[in-house]
Amino acid sequence: MTRYIGKRLLLMIPTLLGAAVFVFLLMRLIPGDVCELRLAGEGAYADEKAIQLCREQAGLTKSLPRQFLDWIWGMVRGDFGVSMWTGRPIIYEIGLRFQLSLQVAIMATMTAILLAIPLGTLSAINQDTWIDYGVRAFSIAGLAMPSFWLGILIILALLIGTQALWGTPWMPPIQYTPIWEDPVANLSQLVWPALATGYRYSAVAARMTRSALLEVLQEDYIRTARAKGLVEHLIINRHALKNALLPVVTVIGIEFAFLIGGLVVTEQVFNLNGLGKLFVESVGNHDYTLTQSLVMLVALVFIMTNFIIDLIYAWIDPRIRYR
Amino acid sequence: MTASEPPVQVAREATSGALTGVRLGRAALSWVRQKPLGAAGAVIVLGMLLVALLAPVIAPYDPVRNAFDRMHVPPSTAHWFGTDQFGRDVLSRLVYGARTAMLVGLVASFIGASLGLMLGVASAYFGGRFDLFFQRLMDIFMAFPLIIMALAIVSIFGTGAHNVIVAITVPFIPRCARVVRSSALAVRELPYIDAARACGFSHARIMLHHVAPNVMAPYLIMLTAFLGQAILLEASLSYLGLGVQEPTPAWGLMLQGGAEEYAESAPWMAIFPGLAITVSVFAFNLFGDAVRDTLDPRLRSTG
Repeated sequence: MTRYIGKRLLLMIPTLLGAAVFVFLLMRLIPGDVCELRLAGEGAYADEKAIQLCREQAGLTKSLPRQFLDWIWGMVRGDFGVSMWTGRPIIYEIGLRFQLSLQVAIMATMTAILLAIPLGTLSAINQDTWIDYGVRAFSIAGLAMPSFWLGILIILALLIGTQALWGTPWMPPIQYTPIWEDPVANLSQLVWPALATGYRYSAVAARMTRSALLEVLQEDYIRTARAKGLVEHLIINRHALKNALLPVVTVIGIEFAFLIGGLVVTEQVFNLNGLGKLFVESVGNHDYTLTQSLVMLVALVFIMTNFIIDLIYAWIDPRIRYR
Repeated sequence: MTASEPPVQVAREATSGALTGVRLGRAALSWVRQKPLGAAGAVIVLGMLLVALLAPVIAPYDPVRNAFDRMHVPPSTAHWFGTDQFGRDVLSRLVYGARTAMLVGLVASFIGASLGLMLGVASAYFGGRFDLFFQRLMDIFMAFPLIIMALAIVSIFGTGAHNVIVAITVPFIPRCARVVRSSALAVRELPYIDAARACGFSHARIMLHHVAPNVMAPYLIMLTAFLGQAILLEASLSYLGLGVQEPTPAWGLMLQGGAEEYAESAPWMAIFPGLAITVSVFAFNLFGDAVRDTLDPRLRSTG
């Protein structure tokens, strides 16, 4: 097992390096650079000398391989550099937003798990009844509904609902407060985006739970359990669900990895200052260093999640042995 | 195999017999009976396509002409779905928006899945170092969240419908290539491929004529699954201002700006475009699910 973990961790290096090359080149393909944008703006006149000076300071005049090696070597030493746009350390810029994105992602995941597993199970054990149809319609609708539209609808419902109840419309707070400072203010801001993304997420997971459970329920050992007169809820909870959970865990893990950097649209609707928004801004500002670090972070989260899923596999299903 | 005939087989029969029309019709009918939900999805999809094709005939008003004397008109007989902040008819914009959605959805899914098919087949067929290198490359592409990948592509090539198609196509390629490759790996080992090689056929011919037709099932499944995703992605990108640009009518774009600002006083501006996206993606998903169940009952959905 240790050997396997070591091997997997080593295999991450070429993938991460590939992602680094990819984003490095991709960013430099975008026409224009941060200095032009900062000093000249769009179409305005700027002193050529000032732009040249700015480029030199940002290290943009060095050769491409040199820039790349400098960046990689910096990351290896734990120095991520400064944002080309704001001039502040990248660790600071990302740290500021990571908290918020992580919290929304975790809350959405919890919503998804709490909804998906009971609903998927209910749907599978009542296959082809109106309960099953209801759950399936609920989940296909969840896949079809854009999360930003759901967000708009939630905000609209909040406005109209509070207007009707208390006479004054209420909106979720815009300023982010950490959960340990003021849990009420924190939750009243972040519950809504978590619900808006959690719905789609639970739809994906509920469909998977249903189909995995249906497959497991066909197995011989379930028939044996029934034949020996085991209570139905024990068959489902102890015998069937345990084996059906493998693909569900995969789906939940992959979606979670996606949420860390992929909340772009939801953050836009709810006006949240998270990683997704930072991503859009940094690409728009041609902020090479910040975008590169963000991509590396997202890629790392994605690869790590895949790795952790594989480990959870072995833990849930003792038949799986890694070498 | 059940009584329902997979479309692949239908297509093959179609080329062989004289009674092709009748046979196809009968096969389609039995499919409709087997998969009523999928058929319902297909009907909505066809309806959407018709609306997109006949947009100039159906739309009651010019979708891009401003009318500042008719701003924020609530739904009425003159404007079924009301008007927006520039006095443009929401229904007409939805009808023309179907053009954008269908064009982007169909083209991006088709090109993305087809390039994935070719790369997946080639990767499995050649195997060895090529396969290993290629798989790592796909890993790298997959580690990028779809929307972030699209964001980068749009910022390189600029906004507009054509570039949105590119932005949505690129992330689809590795996803399809993965699935196709795993099926093609099994096909490669079959004796008839050896036989084809012994006949001296070229690699390209074996891949195109002998391997590719046998991985049509996963290809079609991915293709239909991409359709709904592509429409959602186009809407998301347009909503973020990175996709189709004003004044071109697009559903995601209609939800941006005005719709949010005036959501309380003019909710029709926010409700109808979202409904259009939801219904069309819903229909494509129903259709895709039915296609998947028909072609491969063992394949599970991964959403």
